[in-house]
Amino acid sequence: MMGWFVALRAIVVREAMRFVNQRSRFIAALVRPLVWLIVFAAGFRAALGLSIIPPYQTYITYEVYIVPGLCGMIQLFNGMQSSLSLVYDREMGSMRLLLTSPLPRWWLLFSKLLAGVVVSILQVYVFLAIAAAFGITMPLMGYVYAFPALVISGLMLGALGLLISSTIRQLENFAGVMNFVIFPMFFMSSALYPLWRMAESSPLLRDICAVNPFTHAVELIRFALYESLNGIALLWVVLAFAVFMGGSLIGYDPARGMARRGRGPSG
Amino acid sequence: MLTVHDVSYSYGAKRALDHVSFDLTEGRFCALLGPNGAGKSTLFSLMTRLLVTRDGAISVAGHDLAQSPRAALAQIGVVFQQQTLDLDMTVLQNLRYFAALQGLSGASAQRSIDAALDRLDMRERAGEKARALNGGHRRRMEIARALIHDPKVLMLDEPTVGLDTGSRQAITAHVHDLADSGLLVFWATHLVDEIGDDDDVVVLHQGRVMCHDRAANIAGDGPLIDAFIKMTARKEPA
Repeated sequence: MMGWFVALRAIVVREAMRFVNQRSRFIAALVRPLVWLIVFAAGFRAALGLSIIPPYQTYITYEVYIVPGLCGMIQLFNGMQSSLSLVYDREMGSMRLLLTSPLPRWWLLFSKLLAGVVVSILQVYVFLAIAAAFGITMPLMGYVYAFPALVISGLMLGALGLLISSTIRQLENFAGVMNFVIFPMFFMSSALYPLWRMAESSPLLRDICAVNPFTHAVELIRFALYESLNGIALLWVVLAFAVFMGGSLIGYDPARGMARRGRGPSG
Repeated sequence: MLTVHDVSYSYGAKRALDHVSFDLTEGRFCALLGPNGAGKSTLFSLMTRLLVTRDGAISVAGHDLAQSPRAALAQIGVVFQQQTLDLDMTVLQNLRYFAALQGLSGASAQRSIDAALDRLDMRERAGEKARALNGGHRRRMEIARALIHDPKVLMLDEPTVGLDTGSRQAITAHVHDLADSGLLVFWATHLVDEIGDDDDVVVLHQGRVMCHDRAANIAGDGPLIDAFIKMTARKEPA
């Protein structure tokens, strides 16, 4: 078992080093949610008044409302970035190095997943610190309670990225993921508007948002930031993680997954 | 040491390997020789468990790859055709990362890494980024890295692709030395000039083993290249 944790630590440290060395990636990961927070939210502040809804105890401004959604956005994009990097690693060959290790493949994939989660959590806390500098703060203990919520939501979104990477054969196909996975997941969730607002315009849209796992990831983070637990959201996120992870393991299984598809190696 | 028994593999309707069998012993340099598209990379992927098949069996040092994959993989060092170094990490970090993927840590990992650096004669360059190394050094480093966990079999998939003549010769000689020291070296290639008279050769063509013998025996009175061309010029009946 010692060897398993040695490999886990090495994979996490390597991913963190790659992230720190790629300063542009770090900055880009923060700029996206900050633009939403500072520009988008400021513009919509007057238009979108929010009544008291759990977990909030009082009326809140729109900026305060979207912070958990933007934390989720960071993790969603990070999950997809990890997925992109997995496809790249596979094309470049370094994924083979990982997969020919004598350690169990599920453990190697889980380690890779956890490494991405660690990076995403670092990004989220930097984002929360910048938001606090702009006066958008949460209860102090909320920052602590948010940690396990971020781990679980990060695992779920990372597993989704892993699943997607197992189905994509070429980097060029990745643009489709943006259009058909990331944007619908983000916009059809409670990240930007509460579900009751969705229901006012379209009950069907509200129902779609309600089954979107990203909605539940956002709600899990939102409640945790306000020192509460949303049990239903937790259940949804754990369930979605199990489904995505199971699919990824099948996708990376050499007997059943992506390796069998296509024309195969040329040599 | 390395046994491939009646292995077949298909990509959909396309048959890539057809009842491939051979048996290799330790301390030998064995070339898997075949033209492009012969099935070398498919066989290589099966032998490293990147692909699996139910048709046939592969065993390494007595461990069946399908039944005991972890034990079998622990006996294999692999160098892929594509370079797999992390160019933004240093030489030392690359070696440490790989050692960790093999489950090695602490003093045993350090001993193996030191030995690898000595083999490479690169102790003083351990802190340099892999990006700073030339193609030949990167390949040598990948070979040294593949030996960190002390495997019994070293498998290389066309490792000299893209290297200049000097680097190719140096790497070929280096790997022959490793075979002389007792390691089984399995070297997939389509370049006949990388094979010595005393080396074992498995000729693969259109997914089938055309012959398995010493290079000198396959060559007969002429050069190996002539025998190879003659063997692989045969086409399957339509």
